[in-house]
Amino acid sequence: MKRRNFLKACLIGGTTIAMGKTNKGWASGSFEGYPESMGVLVDTTRCIGCRSCEAACNKEQNLPEPDTSFDDKSVFEEPRRPTAKAYTVVNQYEKQKPGGPVYRKVQCNHCNEPACLTSCFVNAYTKTKEGAVIYNSKVCVGCRNCMIACPFNVPGYDYESVTNPVIKKCILCYDTRLKVGKPPACVEICPQEALTFGHRADLIKVAHERIRSNPDRYVDHVYGEKEVGGTSWLYLSGTEFDKIGFDPSLSNDPIISNVKDFLGMVPMVLSIWPALFSGIHLLSKHDAGSEGHDTESKEEDR
Amino acid sequence: MKNMIKHGLAVVDSPYDESGRKRTVVEKLLLGLTPSQYLLQAFRNPFNWILAAIFAIGIPILLGRFVFGLAWATSGSNDYPWGLFLGFGLFAMVPLSSSGFQLGTACEIFGRHDLEPIERLALLNGLLGYFFAVVYLLADLGQPWRLPYPMVVSFGPAAVLFLVAWHVATYLSVQVAEVSTAFFEWIGFPAGKRGVRRITLGLTVSGIILSTLHQGALGALFTYAPGKVHPLWYSSSFQWLHFFVSSLPGGLCMVITVSTIASKFMGWRADRRFREKLDRCTVSLAKGACMGIATYITIKLIGIAHDNKWSYLDSGWGQWFMLEIILGFMLPLVLMTYGVHTRKVNIVRLGAFATVFGVVLNRVNTAIITFNWKLPEREIPPWREVVISLTIFAIYIVVYRFILYRLPILYKWRQQEEEVPVTETVTVPAAGRREASPVAVASYSNMTKLD
Repeated sequence: MKRRNFLKACLIGGTTIAMGKTNKGWASGSFEGYPESMGVLVDTTRCIGCRSCEAACNKEQNLPEPDTSFDDKSVFEEPRRPTAKAYTVVNQYEKQKPGGPVYRKVQCNHCNEPACLTSCFVNAYTKTKEGAVIYNSKVCVGCRNCMIACPFNVPGYDYESVTNPVIKKCILCYDTRLKVGKPPACVEICPQEALTFGHRADLIKVAHERIRSNPDRYVDHVYGEKEVGGTSWLYLSGTEFDKIGFDPSLSNDPIISNVKDFLGMVPMVLSIWPALFSGIHLLSKHDAGSEGHDTESKEEDR
Repeated sequence: MKNMIKHGLAVVDSPYDESGRKRTVVEKLLLGLTPSQYLLQAFRNPFNWILAAIFAIGIPILLGRFVFGLAWATSGSNDYPWGLFLGFGLFAMVPLSSSGFQLGTACEIFGRHDLEPIERLALLNGLLGYFFAVVYLLADLGQPWRLPYPMVVSFGPAAVLFLVAWHVATYLSVQVAEVSTAFFEWIGFPAGKRGVRRITLGLTVSGIILSTLHQGALGALFTYAPGKVHPLWYSSSFQWLHFFVSSLPGGLCMVITVSTIASKFMGWRADRRFREKLDRCTVSLAKGACMGIATYITIKLIGIAHDNKWSYLDSGWGQWFMLEIILGFMLPLVLMTYGVHTRKVNIVRLGAFATVFGVVLNRVNTAIITFNWKLPEREIPPWREVVISLTIFAIYIVVYRFILYRLPILYKWRQQEEEVPVTETVTVPAAGRREASPVAVASYSNMTKLD
């Protein structure tokens, strides 16, 4: 009877484990983001490239004067990226197309599971419950690993500074605005209402509603809804997303899931190696006999 | 030095000089020469002139990097945050320094006492390689004075870099302890040596753990950047294994390389035991390295097959990849296998050089050359960055040589007890003394079963 119980338990246990393996959710529940997370919906079909968002950001974040004024349209000749001096930039795409140029604002997308945060070895990054990814420049060592990790190439580094070079990027105006419930400066100033601020969950609904009611105007995809685990900034586009500078190859898994294999291996090595190699040592020591290292060193130190 | 030894200078290999007087630290530091003799031999060495030229230009630029900032010294680009300092200095130096834990394992764990003549060189190679990887890192960090932050101020334990930082720090101290036995012998502190020898097993096992994780973690750093590193150099499942496995032949071949250079230019410093056993040790190391390379090539192919990346081979990047694999790994594998079979040690050494080249190229490829392969422009490191990297490497060579000249790494330090009868009979000719010294060669004579 006892043996039968044992076998039964084995069978049940084995089946449970086997089923558990197929159900990925068991190991590390999939993370859907923060329920209160705010976000911004960017409708690139409305953007006219006025760059007033750049100017507002510059003022709000006390950034240095730009090389050329914010009215200068010549900056559109080359695609730009966010830097330590400009947390957001507007780029122009599809210049030759009959539909006219398409503009797209670039800034930190405030991922639900940010790669910068998980790659930082001093925990300088924080994802706040409002959805902003902020950073603590007081502990930043300047390793620039977050710049390697960011799938959107966002963090800028203050290479020019000698005494305090740190990472600089959009923080969704967290300190001055988001914390007190106000929208970021760029959203507030946008004359075209190309930027919509609100709860991320609501914005996703708004975005799909716009696509549904105007299927000719939009590509049927909300960029940032699922990419790398979802971002707080969401984009709508009238042309294919890869034509306006988005990386279509990004996976829906957050970046950290690439690293999990290795992270899981670490405690295994820590626990298996000592026993394994001490064991081998004991085995090999046995036949080493009197000519071994230990006897010899004793003679040396006598 | 060779000339001076020819003219009757006795090399320092024991605590006493010819007349039986205890040597002072200064005498040991000057290798038993007078200050003017020491300067003369340093002046005569043409290699020192090259080093002097590098330092004359490099040291001011290295200091300038800390005065004028990263933007002055490096390309300072947002798209290529890591340049030569990390790509070459950290990512290439670390795999070449895996020798410490491998030889430690072979000698202390597997009981391969026949490899002991080269064990200390391998341990030193490990220590210095890691140490200078940290020096390169300090040059690269924006705020180098905050390097201890992940240890004491703010923890990010989920980050791979956090593991790297902790493992390098702890492994460095393990390696300092492992090499310290030679230092304790040299300064005459047998109690310290005994203490370290007592915990050797613990040190060696922690060395294996920390190296496995650390070598792997350097590869795992790139798994944060899927799509940025070219797929042929990237594998999300196996990246850490690729880095770990290629570091094994990398470290072994670096020891072959260094021992070759040392025996060629520092033959006077090596004792008979080292000189006689070197070829045999080289062949043993090469056998290990061949196994490592064969495994590495296999898992590289598995990596390509796993993600079905064959089509990438038919492109410019693919040719560059094949060049790295063929010149850096397949050719040395053939050379070393042939050399081992026919006992042509020089061919083995050639293969080892090629392997070192291959491992360095692989790391530079992963970290710099193929990084951001989708972006239109490639980054070319500016001249100041190249000069600083070269300067730090030259400092590495100088420190390496400084230690090899002095500490009992390539030779055995003769202990006091053995020295007593010799000091009583002062008539022993100085030049012949090293040969006549009671080095424990006998205990290795019956090790022929292992080559």
